[in-house]
Amino acid sequence: MPKGLKPNLQNMLKVKNLHAQIEDGTEILKGVNLEIKPGEVHAIMGPNGSGKSTFSAVIAGNEDYEVSQGEIEFYDEDLLEMEAYERAQKGIFLSFQYPVEIPGVSVTNFIRTAINESRKSKGEEEMKGAEMLKMVRENAEKLNIKKDFLNRSINEGFSGGEKKRNEIFQMLMLDPKLAILDETDSGLDIDALRIVADGVNFFKNEDKAVLVITHYQRLLEYIVPDFVHVMNDGKIIKSGGKELAVELEERGYDWVIAEAAGV
Amino acid sequence: MLELKDNLVARHLVFKEKYSKIKWMNGMREQAIKTFDKVGFPNRKDEEWRFTNLSPVLSADYKLYPEGDEIPVRIEDLKNYFVSNIDSYNIVFINGVYNSFLSSTTHDEADICVLSCAMEKMVYQTVVENYYNKIAPKDESFTALNTAFSHDGAYIYIPDKTILSKPIQLMFFSTAKEEEVMYHPRNLIVLGDHSQVQIIERHQTLNQKANLTNSVTEIAVGKNAELDYYKIQNDASEASLIDNTYISQARDSRASVHTFSFGGKLTRNNLNFIQNGVNSNSILNGITIISGEQHVDHHTLVEHMAPHCESHELYKGIYDGNSHGVFNGKIFVHKDAQKLNSFQQNNNVLLSDKAEIDTKPQLEIFADDVKCSHGCTVGQLDENAMFYMQQRGIPKAEAKALLLYAFAAEVLELVQIPQIKNRIIAIIADKLNVNMEF
Repeated sequence: MPKGLKPNLQNMLKVKNLHAQIEDGTEILKGVNLEIKPGEVHAIMGPNGSGKSTFSAVIAGNEDYEVSQGEIEFYDEDLLEMEAYERAQKGIFLSFQYPVEIPGVSVTNFIRTAINESRKSKGEEEMKGAEMLKMVRENAEKLNIKKDFLNRSINEGFSGGEKKRNEIFQMLMLDPKLAILDETDSGLDIDALRIVADGVNFFKNEDKAVLVITHYQRLLEYIVPDFVHVMNDGKIIKSGGKELAVELEERGYDWVIAEAAGV
Repeated sequence: MLELKDNLVARHLVFKEKYSKIKWMNGMREQAIKTFDKVGFPNRKDEEWRFTNLSPVLSADYKLYPEGDEIPVRIEDLKNYFVSNIDSYNIVFINGVYNSFLSSTTHDEADICVLSCAMEKMVYQTVVENYYNKIAPKDESFTALNTAFSHDGAYIYIPDKTILSKPIQLMFFSTAKEEEVMYHPRNLIVLGDHSQVQIIERHQTLNQKANLTNSVTEIAVGKNAELDYYKIQNDASEASLIDNTYISQARDSRASVHTFSFGGKLTRNNLNFIQNGVNSNSILNGITIISGEQHVDHHTLVEHMAPHCESHELYKGIYDGNSHGVFNGKIFVHKDAQKLNSFQQNNNVLLSDKAEIDTKPQLEIFADDVKCSHGCTVGQLDENAMFYMQQRGIPKAEAKALLLYAFAAEVLELVQIPQIKNRIIAIIADKLNVNMEF
């Protein structure tokens, strides 16, 4: 980093004119632009089918989507050249809307493998068992996660709330730079929502950024965004401050869509 | 195919002269070669061989004993194939000949030695005559061929109430330099009442020759006795194996066979359990991981003849490349086998478009108060799980290995010897091209 440049002035994520399509050629993202700096919390809201989840999947490197145009840079590196695991190792974390069940792989074993693979890629030594155990205990406590849950197969037979808490638990363990939360609030009761939000608020600091993807304004009462973007039909059509979320909650999306269409 | 058959029948004339010392066996061999001459090798018109084409392995001009030089092998290299860090009795054959240097036998707590020796000695006469060729059927092609040509293998007799102090490793190496050999090892294993034994068996070709092993193992498990048997099949890609194992169980006995099939060109496991006594329990476990042009066929049979018995069968298979797997699980419930509890499951993952699995449960039930469940699945690698794992920073190969290991691991839960489990895990990691401990 050049001298004299404040860390929060540097761009973390830079998305330029991003177009992405699914296998049959249907274009889902039609030119998304977004810049996220360290320390910022962004929220993307929008109606169902607007492309919010696709956007998060494309950043994370899901091969179900093909990027046909545009750029994604992460700390000035070309993200589109990287495989999903490399993006994760660089510090991108996606909390899944529907976390996948993996029978036979315990939460602890999985997280140990993930942490050590990331360390290996950086030429670092594997994390010591005792250190890992301490981290697991601390983070599990923060999220009110029971011990036996860590020995269970990932997400197998977990309730909706347990799955989401497990995602946030993994986020705290992996300690990424950018956390993308894809509909993390869906299926959560108010207590679980508070626990998850506390976890995210604990995570975030001046070096980290959070991108919240949500349908409802509810989660944003707990994780307060610096910027709110409205996505519709594969584009960001309006951006504003946190007050935009409140307005969207009250008035719905139609007025923004109409405004963007110039009606 | 005709050629090899006729060739073998003709060569039996020479063979029986050479091994005519044990008189009571001569008639048995004569009968067996006649049976083989009559039934011949099976082909794909036989229901039991529909999915396994034998012609590629029946076209070679096999020697029955290697005649020329042997390739030089270092003892250290041979030792790599043993399950290491484990104190064990060993019975080792190289090119069909017992190797006393590498073996470690006993006549103290039990008789663990060479069958050809046991046959010649009066003290073993009763056991040999009571069990040899009594558990195996007389009319099956490969078994008859083995009876006709076999002259050696392991002899294991565990006396009543003996819990063997350490496992037994049976190793069959092939090092003939010039020729392809057809081996006929024959093992006789008798467990006295209330006895316990653990056995590991492995066939290994070291000479890059397309050898064919046609092995027969007969096992009698006494009352309340416990057998724990591990077959580690990770042979060179040229070698083929027809394994015929017959286990007869007396009342209250428990017998488990774990078959790990990772190597070889063609492997056929004919694994047969006959439950003769009440309250017997049979466990059949298998993991198959193959690729390339490999072929592994598991044909299992559990004959439930007595009431209050159990069988538990779990086979998992992972197939890549052009490989071909077959699972045929036959459960035969005789009319007296009431109150049976039988479970069978075969799960498979196909990793390529060209890999194939033919899986078939076959239940024949003649009793009316039994519980028999069975199921089979064929699936692919879960792409959602793959993305999920990669999103957490786990590279593709490792993510794939972790998923596949998780798929197969359930089968390893019943492995009682940790060193075997570790060995199998190491082979699995090797097969999946990762350096992981899981």
